[in-house]
Amino acid sequence: MTAGAANRISSEKPKRGGIAEIKRAFTGLRRGETIAGYLFLAPNLIGFVVFMLFPILFAFYIMLTDWSLAKEPQFIGLKNFETMVNDRIFWKSLTNSFYYTFIAVPTGIFIAFWLALALNRKMRGIIFFRTVYFLPQITLTVAAATVWRWIYQPEIGLINHLLEMIGIEGPKWIHNTQWAMPAVIIMSNWQGIGFAMLILLAGLQGIPEEYYEAASIDGASGWQRMRFVTLPMLTPALFFVVVTSLIGAFQAFDQFYVLTQGGPAQATTPLTLYIFQNAFSFFKMGYGAALAAVLFVIILIITVIQWQLASRWVIGFDNDDN
Amino acid sequence: MAAARKSKASPFGQKQTKALMDLLVYIVLSVAGVIFILPFAWMVANSFKDIRGIYQYPPTFIPEVWQFSNYTEAWTMTHFDLGFLNSAFVAAAVVLGQLFTASLAGYSFARLRYPGRDKIFLLYISLMMVPFTVLLIPLYVQMRWFGWISTLQAVIVPFLFTPWGTFMMRQFMVTIPRELEDAARIDGCGFFRTYWLIILPLTKPALATLAIFTFVNTWNSFQWPLIVLGKPKVKTLPLLLASFQNQSGMRTPWHLIMAAATFVVIPVLIAFIVGQKYYVRGIVTSGIKGGG
Repeated sequence: MTAGAANRISSEKPKRGGIAEIKRAFTGLRRGETIAGYLFLAPNLIGFVVFMLFPILFAFYIMLTDWSLAKEPQFIGLKNFETMVNDRIFWKSLTNSFYYTFIAVPTGIFIAFWLALALNRKMRGIIFFRTVYFLPQITLTVAAATVWRWIYQPEIGLINHLLEMIGIEGPKWIHNTQWAMPAVIIMSNWQGIGFAMLILLAGLQGIPEEYYEAASIDGASGWQRMRFVTLPMLTPALFFVVVTSLIGAFQAFDQFYVLTQGGPAQATTPLTLYIFQNAFSFFKMGYGAALAAVLFVIILIITVIQWQLASRWVIGFDNDDN
Repeated sequence: MAAARKSKASPFGQKQTKALMDLLVYIVLSVAGVIFILPFAWMVANSFKDIRGIYQYPPTFIPEVWQFSNYTEAWTMTHFDLGFLNSAFVAAAVVLGQLFTASLAGYSFARLRYPGRDKIFLLYISLMMVPFTVLLIPLYVQMRWFGWISTLQAVIVPFLFTPWGTFMMRQFMVTIPRELEDAARIDGCGFFRTYWLIILPLTKPALATLAIFTFVNTWNSFQWPLIVLGKPKVKTLPLLLASFQNQSGMRTPWHLIMAAATFVVIPVLIAFIVGQKYYVRGIVTSGIKGGG
């Protein structure tokens, strides 16, 4: 996405020049346009610098300090990162983040794919179903997690009641260290599938009908059409869904906070929640910022790997490096 | 997929095969639909039960005793009236602010030529990828410096600017034919009038998309308000809902919590159903057509 956008910007680039060029831009014939350009940009640019660029740079400093907010920050270099190495809960939360992400994302996309495929048939009532599947997506996570917290109650919850009706004794879900994470994953997928489904559906609808006709004339079976037309043509949409879902999953917070509060026994404490606890419960700003930096680096690495791998499986992917 | 199956010979003939497939797909879609709807239905159904109905085993779907007073009780217990006002005010301010700053900057990026423009734009789209988690701590410290903790400014002002929305506006405005603008300029329109009279009306679909996205995101926003809004007076609905379920006594009053959750969810559901077209298009365009 970003690489494509970057390519497009250059379309009407003014000629490069030094200070003289900039001076001319403010004094010459185009003066009005330059001033208007910066004036129009100003409200946005100021906000951007104050509330985004500055905090990002500031974060680099905070992560090198010991800072409780009550006292002045103490510069301690990389000590926060040394602390992490021996911090058992850090490793636990890191593992949890990976567990959550790499189970929730593939299962979610798998289900979304089949739903999108079903919705792509030309039948009546498709819009209705599409709306229904998308409703949880726009429901606030706090409310959704609240409802699910109750659904998961071992004794009076809906799920265990339904399981009992078919003769299964349900687990204790969010009160059990083994089942708490699957419970969060089920709820998150219930809520999040609508997004992936919509993107994949748009991808499916973008596949030209002629491709299927051509495949049929060549005698392709339903499975072969799927294997050699649908799947390859869908790879750009799949790529987008994979990248954004992975980024989103590593940042998931609300459902953990409401559904399990990270418990029992840190079984569902992801890195985001641990950052939150350090900064805003224990007031360890420096350590929290250092943890956030780790999260950022993980997201960055995973995204870069995705872009690198993309040219191998995504159709029509123009990787700048290749 | 479906429309293309032509040459296949089958024992039933094409029509029957398609009808059978359709039926199968309907069954699958309906089962999935029930799973997606069930938590909502459960929420609403139980918001009308009394506490006995809530703890009754086995549970019934339809309340045996209908207790409509849950809604008024939940409303007063959680001070939802104030929460509603706070949420609505914050959402309105952020939506209007973003529409203004993003469309102005989008126009500047898309149409006006000046030195430094492309470098700034590149900075915008590269910082778009920084996760918000990274901003939490420095931004919180900043809010303390400004003296904005437990004020609504803290959840409004930093969010009046949106790199993502600006990006979307620019991408949309680039596609507007230049001739319209040139005509206006020749007629003596200044840059602002051109933006206001020519560009903005043509940008309505993108503005609608941004408005709905921002409304839903702001209304649902939880993590940041949780950090900066401590005092009950300034709490938004998601915060009230979250704290409501923790202040319970012996038996969690799930019927009241469900009534409260229903309140909070309804405005977004309405916004979505009204603006579904723009929302769906926003996802599709920002997703697939966003960059290329």
